[in-house]
Amino acid sequence: MSKLTNTVEEIFQTMSYGPAPEQSDYVEDWLAQHKNGFKLFINGQWCKPLTSKSKISSRNPANGKVLGKIAAAGKDDIDAAVKAAAAAFPKWSALTGHERAKYLYALTRTLQKNSRFLAVLETLDNGKPIRESRDIDVPLMARHFYHHAGWAQLLESEMPEQQALGVVGQIIPWNFPLLMLAWKIAPAIAAGNCVVLKPAEYTSLSALYFAELCKQAGIPPGVINIVTGDGKTGEHIVQHPGIAKIAFTGSTPVGKHIREQTAGSGKKLTLELGGKSPFIVFEDADLDSSVEGLVDAIWYNQGQVCCAGSRLLVQEGVADRLLEKVKARLQGFRLGDPLDKTIDMGAIVDPIQCDRIDALVNIGVEEGATKWQPALEYPDTGCFYPPTLLCDVDTSNTVAREEIFGPVLTVMTFRTLNEAVALANNIRFGLAASIWSENINRALEVASQVKAGVVWVNCANQFDAACGFGGYRESGFGREGGKEGMYEYLKQDDGELKGKDNIIATPEALIGMTAGTGIDQTAKHYIGGKQVRADSGNSRPVVNKRGKFAAYVGDGNRKDIRNAVEAAAKAGSWSAATAHTRAQILFYIAENLGRRESEFCQRLVSLTGVSKKAAEKEVQATLSRLFSYGAWADKFDGAVHTPPQRSIALAVNEPIGVLGIVCPDIMPLLSFVSLMAPAIAMGNRVVVVPSERYPLLATDFYQILETSDLPGGTVNLVTGDRESLTKVLAEHHQVDGIWYHGSAEGSAAVERASASNVKRTWVNNGKAKDWLSSKHGEGRQFLRHATQVKNIWLPYGDESSGAKSGY
Amino acid sequence: MQVEKHTRNSGTDFSIDPLDAIRINLSAVQRRVATLGGRRSVKKQWQTAWLLKAISCIDLTSLAGDDTPGRIKRLCAKARNPVRKDILAGLGATELNLTTGAVCVYHQMIETAVASLEGSGIPVAAVSTGFPAGQSPLETRLREIELSVAAGAAEIDIVISRRYVLTGQWRALYDEVKAFREACGDARLKTILATGELGSIANIGKASMVCMMAGADYIKTSTGMESVNATLPVSLTMVRMIREYHEMTGQRVGFKPAGGVSSAKVALSYLVLIKEELGDDWLDPYYFRFGASSLLGDIERQLEHQLTGHYAASNHHALA
Repeated sequence: MSKLTNTVEEIFQTMSYGPAPEQSDYVEDWLAQHKNGFKLFINGQWCKPLTSKSKISSRNPANGKVLGKIAAAGKDDIDAAVKAAAAAFPKWSALTGHERAKYLYALTRTLQKNSRFLAVLETLDNGKPIRESRDIDVPLMARHFYHHAGWAQLLESEMPEQQALGVVGQIIPWNFPLLMLAWKIAPAIAAGNCVVLKPAEYTSLSALYFAELCKQAGIPPGVINIVTGDGKTGEHIVQHPGIAKIAFTGSTPVGKHIREQTAGSGKKLTLELGGKSPFIVFEDADLDSSVEGLVDAIWYNQGQVCCAGSRLLVQEGVADRLLEKVKARLQGFRLGDPLDKTIDMGAIVDPIQCDRIDALVNIGVEEGATKWQPALEYPDTGCFYPPTLLCDVDTSNTVAREEIFGPVLTVMTFRTLNEAVALANNIRFGLAASIWSENINRALEVASQVKAGVVWVNCANQFDAACGFGGYRESGFGREGGKEGMYEYLKQDDGELKGKDNIIATPEALIGMTAGTGIDQTAKHYIGGKQVRADSGNSRPVVNKRGKFAAYVGDGNRKDIRNAVEAAAKAGSWSAATAHTRAQILFYIAENLGRRESEFCQRLVSLTGVSKKAAEKEVQATLSRLFSYGAWADKFDGAVHTPPQRSIALAVNEPIGVLGIVCPDIMPLLSFVSLMAPAIAMGNRVVVVPSERYPLLATDFYQILETSDLPGGTVNLVTGDRESLTKVLAEHHQVDGIWYHGSAEGSAAVERASASNVKRTWVNNGKAKDWLSSKHGEGRQFLRHATQVKNIWLPYGDESSGAKSGY
Repeated sequence: MQVEKHTRNSGTDFSIDPLDAIRINLSAVQRRVATLGGRRSVKKQWQTAWLLKAISCIDLTSLAGDDTPGRIKRLCAKARNPVRKDILAGLGATELNLTTGAVCVYHQMIETAVASLEGSGIPVAAVSTGFPAGQSPLETRLREIELSVAAGAAEIDIVISRRYVLTGQWRALYDEVKAFREACGDARLKTILATGELGSIANIGKASMVCMMAGADYIKTSTGMESVNATLPVSLTMVRMIREYHEMTGQRVGFKPAGGVSSAKVALSYLVLIKEELGDDWLDPYYFRFGASSLLGDIERQLEHQLTGHYAASNHHALA
């Protein structure tokens, strides 16, 4: 056919698509009004940076044109923003929930009334297709504010023990500028906090427009502060002493850096980091639908999605057919102007990212992958990268292990369900997983096995404000959305026992170093269900309160910790045991302790020097605590969410995995059991470093564990020097979380060391806890720290006339 | 070229294997359909051309107990001249010699329709086999086809026996449809699945596949008389089966959504669906039809708006 002139008659024959651009002139007018540069939004005012002169050009990645110049906030500006937030906090947090809910509602409505403007601006700045910003990002943003207006309203009745934190520093990425802003700001201000938020330097414009809307909606000055800038500005926020919590979404390396920077500061932290999520297709999947699922998983937002399904795992027998279908779909892909309503994929956010994607793809090919890209036409100016398949990727290939953050899918095959799970979990990340099968038994078994905070069955990249989102492993910790997300912006009284020391020093001068005339008693470590001699071959003396020799215990070293962690890692049967089994065993432990009550009382009296009455009280409290967790084991249930699709989402509380527990010296029996029992009640396997000063209560206790049917490896005890053992635990990559009750310095060290594999940490910052209190020494807070929420999305429906929702 | 492009489906032997392999996830299908409108949009002259294409694919239909020769003559006149001439001229579409794809009537109206459409090249389609329920004796259903073909129908829209689908008697369904096909002779066979009555989405896929194996030239969603008629998710399911059958056999089967497609906007969604899932070869009245009565009126108004920029009134357009 000769040259097309696109007449009606010609198009009638070719049935081609034409351009369908979204109107953007009114947004460009707004940008033109700010052509001299944007300011910072502090205390409800537009402020020039105090001293910083540097400006960052914000470009449209689809054509490279400068959209505006944003300010780079300096340290003094962050000081001003934190000051404004701190000044606003007392009044804001003291409002009734209803008052705050009214503000959030007003803001939500204001956002909705400007929804198209926001969508167009977002697309101009980020390069994402207008379909996505209009149909997904902006509606989800509004939904998030609505949902959290609701939480503000219900806070007092639903979470009565919880209080706001203060000033929250929030740093968000460029892939979902508005949506991430909503995920950060909505729960924070609903809970009564005031925020200082820094959008990403590539994509700050929609946050600045949002600030204008905050003014329109009448949000009180200082409650929401928006400061623009680059990584240096972010550092100022992270390090600011006036900030009570940092919430970060971004890359895993930066997340680890923030964990190190905030270690020991007492700042609460949530990290939503990278991913390399599996997309698992079984032979009994609806293959055509799974192709569209892949489009949603890895070619949504140009693949710049932390939870992108970037690793296709397909059952060998259907792999060729599926790939043929994927290729056919990609041949018809449309890549181009993000404002065009006839595209599948828009522009990559910045040339730097485009280069990075290409470099990783080339590495993958060098390491043996086969690259396939469809022959597509797309603009030769602007940051476009075609959808890409990398086949023949083996597990050691860089592209199978590193996050590419672009429209690139790696392909691997599997034979069996077990192999699919093994490949899915063979990664340091754990953000999301997508499972495709028409067999619900199969899909749910895999859902229960994958290490991921979000699991989508026969769908991908579904989000809702009521369903918590967040990662396992190095994908970060904390949840955004739902009740679990609210907890991240709240605190409760941790029951500090003021004036008491958590750690009890050993007297310099020891009285009498012999055991007397009785039979020698040397407590060993307890590892893998067996009493094990210390690797060093050495023991350390334990003395009583007055410094009189009491017994020897093993002098643990790094190899003992290694062995204990290995035993715990192997004891997966405990995590798989039913809640009823775990409950029974916890009751049985209590029963067996009950038989030996007087012995433990005596030990407490002779070792710690407490009165008989106090010792009895501690033992009774310990028995009660064991009962509490026997009771909790089968009652700390998750939730069933009903997101606004025909779908349910199961929020399942899963154990963290292998937990390190470092015990204080205070109340050495009760504190040990108070930490160990909730952890194992929830299915964790633990490596416990008992009180360094009074370890005998724990070593006496393993005889009870031995007689209580607790599977070997569930609880492992290594006695010795608290700080050196803690260091090994905190640095161990097989340890998923660590609870630490030692010194303030030790707490900081734990938080710092935990960064290397993004462990969940819970530290006491050197404070003693009132372990006797049933309010502070046990309960939901402990259980929340012992679990992580996995949200499993289950869309349903089969009826030929269209299917109904019964919920 | 046209000849090569247009070939009838010769069917295949019955096999249960393709049915066993069918897996359809309704939620995922609905999601695909829900996002398609945002992924593909046609504006300006593209919209005009696509709407004209939609008209060329309409089986302009009247299936009423009170149909009379007079009524059917008017319908046929509309099929010949579906859009006001001044609008077509204004849009630069006169050369297309636009007509609807067919006229679809009951048996008693075939003769009138054939006479009214003489020389236009517009085929007459007749609904048949005890339409819409299909619960009359097989013998009379077969005879009905023969009589309609003899009366001049070039296309026969049969209804399948839903009871075979609902009880899993795929072989019986195959045999019956094959018998219908034989009775059709040179007339093209459209098989109406009545998707709203098949119980599950997988049944729609299986029934589609059986009809194609038995030699259907088109698979059609609905009679228009069920409580739920053509929907985009059901259509996507059927269209994917057509693709599957094409991959299996190399043969093209047509698709006809019927009932409930009444707006220009929805018609465009169907065309996008066909283009995306089956490709341009199917955007042709030989392989794609809308079963509709009121759709044309809405498209006409939309075309006038395309031309003048003014929203149109239905009384400015000829009644079908």
